[in-house]
Amino acid sequence: MSWGINLILILIATGAVAWGFRYAGQQLTSNKPLYRDMSFAVAFGYVFGVVICVGAILYYFQPIDKKGVQAAGVVFFRWAVHGFTGFAIAAYLFRLFGRSVGTTVTRKLFRSMPLTAAFGVLVIIIYAVVSIFAGSIAPYGQEEVLAGSNIVPGGNPLMGGDPEFPLGTDQIGRDIFSRLIFGAQNTVGIAFATTCLAFFVGGSLGFLASIVGGWLDQLLSRAVDVLMAIPALIFALLLMTIASVWSNQLGIDRTIFMILIIAMIDSTRVYRLSRAVGQNIVVMDYIEAAKLRGEGMAYLIFKEILPNAMAPLLAEFGLRFCFVFLTIASLSFLGVGIQPPLADWGTMVKDLSQFINFAAFAPNVATAPLLAAGAIALLTVAVNFVVDWMLHKSSGLKE
Amino acid sequence: MIKQLLKIRDLKIEGRSDETWSSIVNGIDLDLKKGEVLGLIGESGAGKSTVGLAAMGFTRDGCRISSGSVEFDGVDLVTASAAVKRGMLGKRIAYVAQSAAASFNPAHRLLDQHTEAPVQHRLQSRSESELDGMELYRRLRLPDPDNIGFRYPHQVSGGQLQRAMTAMAMSCRPDLIIFDEPTTALDVTTQIEVLAAIRDIVEQFDTAAIYITHDLAVVAQMADRIKVLLRGDEVEEADTRSMLSDPKEDYTKSLWAIRSFQRPSKPGVLKGATPILAMKNVSASYGKSPVLFDVDFDIHAGRTLAVVGESGSGKSTAARCITGLLSPSQGHIEFNGEALPLDYRKRSKDQLRQAQMIYQMADTALNPCSRIGDVIGRPVQFYSGLTGTAKRKRVEELLVQIEMEPSQYIDRLPGELSGGQKQRIGIARALAAEPQFIICDEVTSALDQLVAEGILKLLAQLQDDLGLSYMFITHDLATVRAISDEVVVMKDGRVVEQGPKEEMFQPPHHPYTDLLLSSVPEMDPDWLTNLLEVRGVDNIGDAAVQKM
Repeated sequence: MSWGINLILILIATGAVAWGFRYAGQQLTSNKPLYRDMSFAVAFGYVFGVVICVGAILYYFQPIDKKGVQAAGVVFFRWAVHGFTGFAIAAYLFRLFGRSVGTTVTRKLFRSMPLTAAFGVLVIIIYAVVSIFAGSIAPYGQEEVLAGSNIVPGGNPLMGGDPEFPLGTDQIGRDIFSRLIFGAQNTVGIAFATTCLAFFVGGSLGFLASIVGGWLDQLLSRAVDVLMAIPALIFALLLMTIASVWSNQLGIDRTIFMILIIAMIDSTRVYRLSRAVGQNIVVMDYIEAAKLRGEGMAYLIFKEILPNAMAPLLAEFGLRFCFVFLTIASLSFLGVGIQPPLADWGTMVKDLSQFINFAAFAPNVATAPLLAAGAIALLTVAVNFVVDWMLHKSSGLKE
Repeated sequence: MIKQLLKIRDLKIEGRSDETWSSIVNGIDLDLKKGEVLGLIGESGAGKSTVGLAAMGFTRDGCRISSGSVEFDGVDLVTASAAVKRGMLGKRIAYVAQSAAASFNPAHRLLDQHTEAPVQHRLQSRSESELDGMELYRRLRLPDPDNIGFRYPHQVSGGQLQRAMTAMAMSCRPDLIIFDEPTTALDVTTQIEVLAAIRDIVEQFDTAAIYITHDLAVVAQMADRIKVLLRGDEVEEADTRSMLSDPKEDYTKSLWAIRSFQRPSKPGVLKGATPILAMKNVSASYGKSPVLFDVDFDIHAGRTLAVVGESGSGKSTAARCITGLLSPSQGHIEFNGEALPLDYRKRSKDQLRQAQMIYQMADTALNPCSRIGDVIGRPVQFYSGLTGTAKRKRVEELLVQIEMEPSQYIDRLPGELSGGQKQRIGIARALAAEPQFIICDEVTSALDQLVAEGILKLLAQLQDDLGLSYMFITHDLATVRAISDEVVVMKDGRVVEQGPKEEMFQPPHHPYTDLLLSSVPEMDPDWLTNLLEVRGVDNIGDAAVQKM
């Protein structure tokens, strides 16, 4: 109860300070337009921002130990702040590096790059390097069962860790760090292949439908409507169950089926987008001019429409990649995706999920499943930052 | 002495592009007394709209007023607070935009939008304002003024919408209205109606106005004084009459002289010659609604046929039939005496090559992702099979033909060209196919007059050099006079009148041709007054068309 009253008191105090801030600003700057035309809501926003910053700083510096028990909230908050500043500094240095090294083209590229995009590019490069060289980077194999099981991440023997396994081991004693690295290879590689396939199929059909129109458009669009009407994850589960039977009978790897199934489901979304974008482009006079010249369908799609549809398609590619990636992780979490003993981030979250229960009093123990989840989250955020930037560049938006 | 209403002194406006501020308006002075109408004219990019908006103390996003003052009735709008401006805009200063269709909110009825300003400013209650709106609609001679306000914007015509917007600007009885090209997008017969209505209402309420346009003949009817702008600078300012009769500056004189271009007339067509293109009793429809009825005309080699008519008259549809995009339901089209397949997909490559098209909007006619060399090079390669250096040489020849320096332009994107240059590239693309016949669909109507004249001269030159035949679709009779040999007048999908140009511009006319000709504004400032006296208010514009 006192909690709510405190909140109300803080808000009222903030309001009072905001009013005073605006009044003082008006008096001290002899009515500059900035303060004169400032609405109360804006002044309140400024002051409220300051209040939140101060609150965050106080929270950060409070002691971790309360009567011998770690305050989990503070620990996680400190980690978040460290991660945030660490990545910001790394992105800044990376951008600085890119601006001073390389050809004029790349330098120019880096100069126009916001910090968020630099962060995204950096993370994507790290992921790419890690997944390509997984075999030589990882200290242990992904299937290797080692000495102790359930070693706590952190590498501190007092807290149940082991310096030999900095991120700990899972229930049957496999090194989590190595499995994370191999997981990048499996999960990211498969997601990338799937997204490319989805774009090839969905994009071509979408443009074709927008040019030809008529019954072909109706047929494809209604078929896509039917597919989209079925909830994606449940549909994927259903098909994967069928595919697992087939893969046993035909002797084809189940992963191939998974790529095809997810690509098929996601291509419906790509189809929708490319058809809508294509329809806006095919009514342009330059398409009419090309048609009247007698150009073929392939020329129309790849030379006239595709270059003009690049911006929205690129944006969709980034988002779609993330969704595919999450779908694979979800399927693995549910047990029908990438199969053990292959390392996969979704499976890792699932296997270690019960440790989440320790979050309230033993943050280090609870970290084990969060590592794989964090790897997924980091890549998703990074890809979206890069896509935002590309979209901004190609659409010619200013500020 | 009449009160000074608006006083702009040394107004400088800058726009932000590529991270730097560049000047758009460099020091304009402007004075306006109560009840006076000032015409602002200039080409696109002259800064006339920017000045018009700045008269309200407002700039578009990415622009700023860097210095100078805009004094409206003693208040400097540049430094005034947002609250002061809020009390002023809409109530004492109003704005009428170029495209009424884009400026009305399509989701609300006209009258609901009309009442917004008076209710907001607490001048009238909602019901009072509605009654007042109907009164204004009546004065602006809108049909059925008591009920038209309950329609949505898409349910009334363009000219009616523009008048409804003028009524909306009038709703608070402002002291100043800024008209930003209010009739530019309208047909001539609609334009004259709107002009008459605006002039009347501005006089009745003794409102001051700034009338922005690029059409000299229009501004001559509306304004008491005219100010000419060029690239953000004032060229000159004078009374309408003295400005028209005795312009001082060379630039102004060149504006005045524009409409004088006229190509020499050619000898008549030989009897019995095979026309290069013949429409034989063509009828066509979109779905179930018929749009063309029994259209029949010939185009002869080396000559220009102008197809004139208002929007919706079927002139572009006729072009679509010729190109094969729309298959006629009856009749056929002959090319050099041979019947063409009706659908373009059934035509041979050579048949497609012989008839080319130049479009109205050069922006949408060129692929924004293709370089100029590819835009022109593709038809060269497609039809003649040239590649590599031979193709590049041909592209360069074509660029020289349209009077553009090849080395400078061949690697540019269309977005890096001006409107007139884009239109020239459109012409070059058509020429690249080496056709005999070109359809020009309103090729000059989106361009400034000086630029349009250049394009017309180029087309005439190319016709002389290459023996091309043109079908020239236009609604502008000045263009017809300048370039055509034969004229076809269309209305509601039918050919109303056709014949050689000399005959068409001499009486007797078909009544519709007569109406079209008489609706074209002339440079004479008394033209509108005289016309209204001769014809009467109810016999101009759409009203007259409907009586036919």
